[in-house]
Amino acid sequence: MEKLSEFTDEQMQQVDKLIEASGTNPSGLIPLLEKTQGILGYLPPSIQQYISEKTKISANRIYGVVTFYSYFTTKPRARHRVQLCLGTACYVKGSDALVEKIEKDFNITFGNSTEDGRFTFEKARCVGACGLAPVMLVDGKVYGKMTVESLDKILNEYE
Amino acid sequence: MKTVEDINKMRQDMVSKTDDKTVIYVHLGTCGIASGAMPVLNALKKKIKEEKRSDIELVTTGCAGICSMEPLITVKTAGYEPVIYKLMDEEKALEVFESHIKNGVAIEDYALARGMEYQLKERALNKGPVSGEKKMEGNIPGIEEIPFFSLQEVRVMHNRGLMDPGKIKDYIGRDGYQAVIKALTEMSSEDIINEVLTSGLRGRGGAGFPIGLKWKFAHAESGDVKYMLCNADEGDPGAYMDRNVMESDPHSLIEGMIIGAKAINATQGYIYCRAEYPLAIENLNKAIKQARALNLLGENILGTGFSFDMSVYEGAGAFVCGEETALMRSLEGKRGNPRPKPPFPVKAGLWEKPTVLNNVETLANISQIILKGATWFREKGTVKSPGTKIFSITGDIDNVGCVEVPIGTPVEVIVNQIGSVSKGKNLKAVQLGGPSGGCIPKQHLDVAVDYETLQEYGAIMGSGGMIVMSDDKTGVEIAKFFMEFCKDEACGKCLPGREGTKQMLFLLNKISDGTGSEDDIRKLEALCDVVKKTALCALCKTAVNPVLSTLRYFRDEYMNSVHTNELERA
Ligand SMILES: Cc1cc2nc3c(=O)[nH]c(=O)nc-3n(C[C@H](O)[C@H](O)[C@H](O)COP(=O)(O)O)c2cc1C
Ligand code: FES
Repeated sequence: MEKLSEFTDEQMQQVDKLIEASGTNPSGLIPLLEKTQGILGYLPPSIQQYISEKTKISANRIYGVVTFYSYFTTKPRARHRVQLCLGTACYVKGSDALVEKIEKDFNITFGNSTEDGRFTFEKARCVGACGLAPVMLVDGKVYGKMTVESLDKILNEYE
Repeated sequence: MKTVEDINKMRQDMVSKTDDKTVIYVHLGTCGIASGAMPVLNALKKKIKEEKRSDIELVTTGCAGICSMEPLITVKTAGYEPVIYKLMDEEKALEVFESHIKNGVAIEDYALARGMEYQLKERALNKGPVSGEKKMEGNIPGIEEIPFFSLQEVRVMHNRGLMDPGKIKDYIGRDGYQAVIKALTEMSSEDIINEVLTSGLRGRGGAGFPIGLKWKFAHAESGDVKYMLCNADEGDPGAYMDRNVMESDPHSLIEGMIIGAKAINATQGYIYCRAEYPLAIENLNKAIKQARALNLLGENILGTGFSFDMSVYEGAGAFVCGEETALMRSLEGKRGNPRPKPPFPVKAGLWEKPTVLNNVETLANISQIILKGATWFREKGTVKSPGTKIFSITGDIDNVGCVEVPIGTPVEVIVNQIGSVSKGKNLKAVQLGGPSGGCIPKQHLDVAVDYETLQEYGAIMGSGGMIVMSDDKTGVEIAKFFMEFCKDEACGKCLPGREGTKQMLFLLNKISDGTGSEDDIRKLEALCDVVKKTALCALCKTAVNPVLSTLRYFRDEYMNSVHTNELERA
């Protein structure tokens, strides 16, 4: 099988292990893809094809699953993943002002990465910390009671 | 192999361990951790070590309920009533340690309440500490005097703030798994179903279907492979009751699953949990492992001859996967497309086998129904909808958190007395049921929260998200927000859902941004009618509800918006 140049040997070994553990049972597909993305960061078509060949699950089906669920991404993310919750509680508490500020400060639309590869900005589904609305996640860490002022301070901690 | 006797002995050991120690509880839910509970915990740990105070027990529990006051800790010294401290940080926690623990003086400024939630009833009777505890001096209200706590009826959350979710022993010591023992040793499947039927428990996932009936249907299906599933997708943005239960008391959910499995004769179960809840998933996995180690899951549970096992399945982020048929496709590793019903899942569900799917809170009610009986369950709530319901109240209020109240409690009590609208904010409406729900406007706040009454007012009970909105937002904006959500989350399989949500959003945008006309409002209404009647699944069928509801109560705002526009253009 052709080597996937965008990933290291070590990463691919880990992926192989996952595929082996998961087997060819299609019901294990979503957890397998979740874990693979955990290692590689994203799931480009090349890796989808790779998984398809190894598991005998059709590439079509894998593509269908990857594009259906918002958890999966086919594009690499920047060094830091910044997610702003756009759930109802956060909306009521003014998350739109934060979106506006970020889009203006970084001259970017949500869903994209900054050119220096520092941040990927994404909208998040409710993370269940609505009591602390508005909520932001940076690399999975939850920040609550966000304000336009605290935003800069927090982002500055991530290089 | 562990037996019923072993579990009972563990319970006995825990119950008789009544030594009156000094205990510090640190409440570590997602909200607590995000507010900085970890540094507080570590500072206390370090302090205890430095001072060589091995007599102090440090207990980590799940959420204590009132998220806006996190991080919270509760301090109890031997012989005295406990005190809950709010908005802690490392420094304040160490001050509390010095003053309260070492010198016996509570710090008024940091204190939220005297007493813990589980003591509420006795404290209310005594107008003070429970028997055996002395009063802590200082100007600190008793927990029974604080409406946020005293107006709640905690049943499902009865262990909150009190128990380490990572220790099965703690759970067993608080009557945990007694219901499983009763169900597996004294009751037949029919007995269980009858008890649940008589209790009148209705599904807490939103639809309110009688649980006993669902179980009865699944039980009646022949075939040896059946599945017991739990819906922990909690997709309604702004709702987090289920997360709270899973993080703080995961065993109560497992117990409900085992009993449900016995009722319908299932041997395998799955909890479908959204990936956005890493702590809930961690705690559930830990709890399942512990239960398995004590033979409460697996082959021949406690030697009773009944076998059942379960695991957690992580969802991958799609609102529609909360819908039952879509959830089952997702579990099978497919795109989460819903499919028309019938056949209903009780006949042909996961891998086409008879399947019961229940919500987290539904299942967390089961053990107490089995243990205390249907009559006890019916003591709270209404005749048609007995029991309690947990709501997560958020938005423009001060006391944000998860609150459990008898079904039938007026919205007003929850919002104004338990929640308390934020200063400087004018309450406009309370939104219930998320993207499928509707608003209860200010003038109708006295309506009771129960399945039927809310529907009369164009809202729904939903899963329990209750969002308090002030007049910062207009009705059009609220409708737009939810329609955007539904457009993004529509699975795309049916045309009315896919195109209808897009068109409705287009019209709403037009109305709000200054290019709309009265005719657009009429078009919007007509479109609502079509989508409601023709969409494939409930996601898009009910996506029109926020529009209809805001049109019903805030039509003048829609009209104003288009009229100002028409004037400006003229
Ligand atoms: C679009 C959509 C999303 C849903 N999301 C959830 C959910 O997140 N959690 C849930 O328990 N039920 C959800 N439901 C309801 C489920 O389909 C199902 O009725 C419920 O899980 C049954 O459990 P119960 O009988 O205990 O209420 C959703 C329904 C629809 C149509
Ligand atoms: S709405 Fe933002 S965390 Fe729930």
